[in-house]
Amino acid sequence: MTSTASRGTRVIGALALVGLVVTVVMGLTLPLTEEQLEYSRLIAIHPAIAWCAYLAFFVTALGSALYLWKSTRAPLWDHVAVASAEVGVVFTALTLVTGSIWGRPTWGVWWVWDARLTTTALMFVLYLGYLAVRRVPAAPDVRATRAAVVGLLAAVVVPINHYTVEWWRTLHQGESLAPGTLDGRFKVAMLVGFLAMTLAYAWLLVHRMRVERLEERLESEGLDLAIAERQAEAVAP
Amino acid sequence: MSYVLAGYGVSFVVLGGYAVRVIRRGRALARALPPEPSPPAWP
Repeated sequence: MTSTASRGTRVIGALALVGLVVTVVMGLTLPLTEEQLEYSRLIAIHPAIAWCAYLAFFVTALGSALYLWKSTRAPLWDHVAVASAEVGVVFTALTLVTGSIWGRPTWGVWWVWDARLTTTALMFVLYLGYLAVRRVPAAPDVRATRAAVVGLLAAVVVPINHYTVEWWRTLHQGESLAPGTLDGRFKVAMLVGFLAMTLAYAWLLVHRMRVERLEERLESEGLDLAIAERQAEAVAP
Repeated sequence: MSYVLAGYGVSFVVLGGYAVRVIRRGRALARALPPEPSPPAWP
């Protein structure tokens, strides 16, 4: 069997696909607004992508904590942590890109060193660092422990990033779902986007976890093979 | 409208590209490895 899919992931994948199509249709047909004209249509995807980045890093922290905790320590939690971190990096990169695309016509600039944008960039770099730590050669358990410590420490930036718009004066708007901030149609499109992106995140997470497990197997079986070859060489006349 | 389309376009191209990369890597690894005697029940 070469497929890494299962019935469960196929259902999640199909639901995510349908959800994403509905998000695009709803998002692109939202009415123009007085302040932002058509640019407010990005509300169906940008906050949902940012939410998935937060969710991914929360799951990385949870997986890391469960791996470090002696009574729950298992390779599964390490796989959850690394898979979620990688998916989270993709979502964070998209948060920065879609935010920048939204910022250009509404703020007049692609980038500004605003607290929200800066902490998002910091979050991106921190989790790239997490993935780099995983590439440092080490025994699987040592690598997993190191990465789990980094995964837990890096998570501090997530709530800071979320609350920047409340703690500091920022160019970035405040909470999108606060009462009285959005018209009903915008709210529905945004919530459908949240649901669809969350399903896409779940689908990517499970598939990436399976890849991680297979990579670890390949690493350990390759090592066993190399040891067996060396032993055969040693006993050969 | 071009900014809006660019935002949607970039998001779906990147997510789709990443999904394809993960699937292809998984399939290549599954082909390279012998089947597991008892694959984990989850996930």
